[in-house]
Amino acid sequence: MIKKRIRRLPVWVWLPVTGLILGIVASLLPANVALAADPTGAETLLAEPSSALDYVWILVAAFLVFIMQAGFAMLEAGFCRAKNAVNLMMKNLMDFSIGSIAYFAVGFALMFGASKSGLIGTTGWFLTGEDYDVGRYLLFMFEVVFAATAATIVSGAVAERLKIKAYFIYSILICSVIYPIYGHWVWGGGWLSSLPFGLGHLDFAGSGVVHMVGGLVGLAGAIVLGPRIGKFTKDGKARAIPGHSLTLAALGCFLLWFGWFGFNPGSTLSAYELRMSVIAVNTNMSAAVGACAALIVVWLKTKRLDLGMAMNGAIAGLVAITAPCAWVEGWAAAVIGLIAGIIVVFGVDLFDKLGIDDPVGAVSVHGLNGMWGLLSVGLFADGTYGNYTTALPHVTGLFYGGGWDQFIAQGIGALTCAVWAFGLGFIIFKVMDKLFGIRVSPQEEIEGLDLGEHGARAYPNFPVIEDLPYD
Amino acid sequence: MRKIEAVIRPEKLPAVKAALEKFGCPGITISDVKGHGRQRGVIQQFRGKEYRIELLPKVKIELVVRNDKKLEEIISAIIENARTGEIGDGKIFIGPIENVIRIRTGERGPEAI
Repeated sequence: MIKKRIRRLPVWVWLPVTGLILGIVASLLPANVALAADPTGAETLLAEPSSALDYVWILVAAFLVFIMQAGFAMLEAGFCRAKNAVNLMMKNLMDFSIGSIAYFAVGFALMFGASKSGLIGTTGWFLTGEDYDVGRYLLFMFEVVFAATAATIVSGAVAERLKIKAYFIYSILICSVIYPIYGHWVWGGGWLSSLPFGLGHLDFAGSGVVHMVGGLVGLAGAIVLGPRIGKFTKDGKARAIPGHSLTLAALGCFLLWFGWFGFNPGSTLSAYELRMSVIAVNTNMSAAVGACAALIVVWLKTKRLDLGMAMNGAIAGLVAITAPCAWVEGWAAAVIGLIAGIIVVFGVDLFDKLGIDDPVGAVSVHGLNGMWGLLSVGLFADGTYGNYTTALPHVTGLFYGGGWDQFIAQGIGALTCAVWAFGLGFIIFKVMDKLFGIRVSPQEEIEGLDLGEHGARAYPNFPVIEDLPYD
Repeated sequence: MRKIEAVIRPEKLPAVKAALEKFGCPGITISDVKGHGRQRGVIQQFRGKEYRIELLPKVKIELVVRNDKKLEEIISAIIENARTGEIGDGKIFIGPIENVIRIRTGERGPEAI
């Protein structure tokens, strides 16, 4: 009788149940007995008065990264049709909200807790006990906005056809499992950072940890979902589905570029790493050259100065420089951005040819250039900065006499990321699809998800036209 | 009483409207419409991919003329101000009107225009 009742329960009941079980388990886990926790902040300041500047810097940088949520939201909304704008806003609002909770509950602990064999963290659940400490909370604040950035990348790739509840469930899973575990391997003291090649796999601000993870989970989602109705003709040729507001998209691009000045320089996790000025300049150079490169390439291909592609190019440059930003010189950042801009234009074409519908180019921008960013560390690192620190040994890539070692470490990490992110992403979307079907009905897709999923229009008293007929 | 329906380019509306005001045309209805005549639409581009828009935005002007003698002058005014010489300038349709009623007062016939 009870078994039958349990089987009849709707899927969503298991979410609070899981949370409750995790909470009970967390409270029973032994606390980390390393340093005394300081939730008040007085002892920490007394022990290290100069840390005050660190706190200010890292928090401000975290707040800058937060604005990237608005950046992604506007960019995606602008590149997609008005009839889906509410849905896009909800995905971007909720992946941050749900992701924050998931990362707070388990993600942060899995990523930065005491490492178990270099595979996962095991302490810090719900940031209580020894983790109720101003230093841990500081790190959490910075890291949670990064987790949310990875999560929100996917909303672009699955736009205009994914059921919102599938997205909610995905948000929980990426911020509690996919992102933190891989993040542990690279930043949490895990096995990728201890590879016996170069200084181990290095990823300064997360070309791999954030962008490649997001891009490839997005790819998995886009593949499982299939293309939007009307995206491909019967002979497989891709059609343009114009977005409804290039002005919104441009606003998004600017917000992202702005926020990236927290994303990269903030990853010094210290106000006293003056390398942050180099990082900031590198960030800007890569974005600027990426925009120019993409614009030139698309102009050569189509004879038009295409704004959408130029914006994708700027962001591609930003993604690509995210890993190497601390280890390369300004001109190298420009070269990295140049190649990123070229990659993104051809990437968009490639996925069209493969029959994969990526409405905003998320996979080309974040997936492909995330990988390029990781590899570029092994090429352009010039030996003037160390393992996330000024101290020796410094990181040296192929072009500076460091040999192939660092590049190999980068390659192993990139491969691991690809398998992990795409693999897990594919599994979760496929499983959800089998359980309840993740794609909206064709009727709802044509009508627009705003009405179907949310019962609301984004522009109820503002004229909206749809240029493109379906056939 | 005759009705004039003119489908013109949107950017020509201010000029046409100003010209019509010189005739003292008291009433006018303007709507945003989409359509095409013999032109095949235009090609635009989004994120590197071209697409064709077959239905182009136009503006429809509707007015009812009381005095048929003025009709030709009004038509000329519209044509003069709406023409660019390129495909897509639009069309004017003329038709008879059975009756006109002013809602506020209930007047009927040509006085209601």
